[in-house]
Amino acid sequence: MLSVKNLEVVYNDVVLVLRGVSLNVARGQIVALLGANGAGKTTLLRALSGLLDIHDGEVTKGQVLLDEKPIERWNAPRIVAAGLGQVLEGRRVFGEFTVEENLRVGGHTRRGGLGESIEEIYELFPVLKERRKRTAGYLSGGEQQMLAMGRALVAQPDIVLLDEPSLGLAPRIVAQIKDIIVQINEQRGTTVLLVEQNAMMALSIAHHGYVMEHGKIVMDQPAEALLQDSDIRDFYLGRGELATSYRDLKHYKRRKRWLS
Amino acid sequence: MTTFAQAVLNGFAQGAIYALLALGYVMIYKATHVISFAQPALMVCGGLFTYHLTTQVGLPFWPGLAVAVLLGALLGMAVERLALRPMVGKPVFTLAIITIGVDIVLRIFANRYMGPDPRIVTFPNGSRRYEFLGLSISHQRVALMVVTLLTVIALVLFFRYAKAGLAMRATALNQETALAQGIRVGAIFALAWAIAGGLAAIAGTFVAAGSAGMEQNTWIIALKALPAIIIGGLDSLPGAVIGGLAVGIVESLTAVYQPSVAPFLGANFALVAPYALMFLVLLVRPYGLFGTKEVERV
Repeated sequence: MLSVKNLEVVYNDVVLVLRGVSLNVARGQIVALLGANGAGKTTLLRALSGLLDIHDGEVTKGQVLLDEKPIERWNAPRIVAAGLGQVLEGRRVFGEFTVEENLRVGGHTRRGGLGESIEEIYELFPVLKERRKRTAGYLSGGEQQMLAMGRALVAQPDIVLLDEPSLGLAPRIVAQIKDIIVQINEQRGTTVLLVEQNAMMALSIAHHGYVMEHGKIVMDQPAEALLQDSDIRDFYLGRGELATSYRDLKHYKRRKRWLS
Repeated sequence: MTTFAQAVLNGFAQGAIYALLALGYVMIYKATHVISFAQPALMVCGGLFTYHLTTQVGLPFWPGLAVAVLLGALLGMAVERLALRPMVGKPVFTLAIITIGVDIVLRIFANRYMGPDPRIVTFPNGSRRYEFLGLSISHQRVALMVVTLLTVIALVLFFRYAKAGLAMRATALNQETALAQGIRVGAIFALAWAIAGGLAAIAGTFVAAGSAGMEQNTWIIALKALPAIIIGGLDSLPGAVIGGLAVGIVESLTAVYQPSVAPFLGANFALVAPYALMFLVLLVRPYGLFGTKEVERV
C-alpha cells in the first residue's frame, strides 16, 4: 500500500537526514517505526505526507509509492486527499477551536457526509462527544491526543501516520491509546504506520517493525522477532542483559558512533 | 449634548470606513502574518471601479457596488498571486515592503485614470438626510453603516460556519497542522486577499460617494486603519471593528472640541488624534485591546 524506496532527504540543501531509507507498509497492517531521537523518523513521515517543504527539506533521491503512485513530489493537500492522513508529533490540536471545530477541520477534504463521519469518531472516542463544545486547548493531554487522532480519521484515510501518540502521557492513557489504534486498524481497516519511542507499546500491537538509526533502516523484522531480539531488548525495551560497559555494546550501535 | 451626539454619529460613520479597511488588514495579517500596505491602493481602485461602472457603464449604484466588490476581490487575488506567492517563506518584512511597491504601482494607474479632478460616485438620493432628535445624517452615511454591519455579520457567520472560514482560522493558528488536514494554504492566502480587496472596495466606494469624492491624495484615509488595527490588536477581527469605530469617533470628537478646549494643540489636531489614542492604548496594553498576547509586534 505504501512503499518507500531508497529515499534521501536533505534539509537546507546541505543536511542529509535520510540516507536511502526503504520500507514497506502492507495494506491492513500496523507497522512500527522505532529509533532514537534524531534518527530521522519524523523527517521520514514529513516526506511521506508532503510536509517537507515548509521545513526547507527536499527529497533528493528515491521514491514514495502510495498504491503504486509516486507521491514524493505531491503537496500535502493532494496527499491527504489521496487517503494518507497524519497525526503530527505533539498532538497539535487547534487550541482555540472547540473539539467539534477541530474535527470539522479534519474533514476538510471530504465532500459531504461530514456529519456522519464525525459521529463515527464520537463512537470511537466517547470522551470527545462529552467535550464537543469545549475549547480544545483546555482538554487533558490524553484527550488532546484522541482529538488529534480523531481529527485525522474524520477524513477516512486508508493509511494513517501516527507520530509518537504516547508522548508525555500516563501509562494508563498510553494503554488506552494503544487499544484505540488496534480498534482503528481492525474495525475500520485503516493501515497504520506508528512511530514510537515507547517500543514495548508499539511492538506489542504491530505486525512488522523497522528500526532507524542515523537516517537508515538498520533492522527490518516482524514485530515478535524484534521483541525477542537482544539488541532491541537492550536499547529500546530496557530490560535486557545490558552490560554496564560501552565496550559490550552491540555492533551496529558501535558502527553508528565511529564509522558512518 | 446635541453637538456631542452629532459628533459621535459622524465619527461612527467615518469609523465604519476605517473598520472595513481594518478588517482587510487583519484578514491578511492573520492568514499570512504580513501587514499589507497595499490596502490604500485597493481602496482607491475599488472606489474607482464603482465610479467607472456607475458613470461609464451605466450601472445603478448598488449593482455597481456589487460588481466593484467582485473586481476588488479579483484585484486582491491577483496581487497575492503575482507579487506575494512567489515570495512565500521569505521574511515577512520583505513581503511588507513588496506590498508598499504594489501600492505605489496600483496608485499610479489609479492616478492616471483620475487625473486632477475628484471623482464622485453619486449615491441615490445622496443629498437627502434623516433628521431625528436634532441630529442629522445623510442617506449615504446610513447606507454605509448598514452595509458595514451586514458585512461584519456575514464575516462572523463565514468564520463560524463555512468550511473555508474554518480552514482560514485553522491556517491562521498553525499552517503546518492545517496542511496536514489537507487545507490548501495557498488558496487560503488568496481568499484572504480576495476578502480584503472586496472590503477595501466597499470602503473606497463609500469614500468616493462622500462629499469630497475620490482624489489623488484620498488614499491617506486608508492609513488611519493602521492605528485602528493596532488599537484593536492586530490579529483580532472584533478588535478591527472596534478599533476602526474608536478611531472614527475620537477623530470626530477631537475635531469638534479640541479647537475650543485645547487650542494650544494647534489646527488639525484631529488628524493626529487616532495616533495619540493608539499611543495611549499601547502604553496600557502593548498587544492591543483584543490581540493575542504572544503575537509578534511590527
